[in-house]
Amino acid sequence: MHLTADPIRIEELIAAVSAPEHGGLALFLGTVRDHDAGRDVTRLEYSAYGDMAEAECGRIVREATARWAARVAVSHRIGTLAIGEIAVAVAAAAAHRAEAFDACRYVIEELKRRVPIWKLETYADGTEAWVDPTALEGVIPVRQGGAS
Amino acid sequence: MTTTTPPRTLTIRVLLFARYAELLGCARLELDLPFPATVSTAIAALRSRPGGESLPARLFVARNLEQVTDDVALEAGDEVALLPPLSGG
Repeated sequence: MHLTADPIRIEELIAAVSAPEHGGLALFLGTVRDHDAGRDVTRLEYSAYGDMAEAECGRIVREATARWAARVAVSHRIGTLAIGEIAVAVAAAAAHRAEAFDACRYVIEELKRRVPIWKLETYADGTEAWVDPTALEGVIPVRQGGAS
Repeated sequence: MTTTTPPRTLTIRVLLFARYAELLGCARLELDLPFPATVSTAIAALRSRPGGESLPARLFVARNLEQVTDDVALEAGDEVALLPPLSGG
């Protein structure tokens, strides 16, 4: 797992999982979408509990590589991102495509479920909200005078 | 002089993120808790701080980088983090 404030370089992830015995490589890219729950999003700000994010992502990657004979690399952006930028990238390579796809899917799903990273959305009207997949509305508006 | 007095308090480091950092007005703080203490003890202490009353009823907590349940005992120097609903990816 690589948490980075700089743009994610896909070619580095691909190089990290490439090997002569691999015949398939699956690459998932999560990008910043211009809308969420019916609202126009202008930018996202990601923050993370860095030490735990690294630890938890390490556990997820070890689970994936134990279950499938695959090599996996993960990068996640932190800081402010514009629409269309890559927020997260998962590369998984294996001897055949089935293992590569399965390992890649597993890692991105578990990352979203378990890795401590948070997303603050800014909307076209200038308001902000913390994305909360467990809330009824999907977001929690930032209170006026909030810390960020 | 061979008897030692057990510690009456223990100090932990608390990390707050995203919305919870906004609610309590800080991202990290030190907390002195009565000994012995569990995760529940720490949560109760945080709820009693200004802004802490707005924390949701159900909280997810990590101790030393791993998610734990409320009944887990704390030790001096532990890093305890309150985790708002995750939204990475």
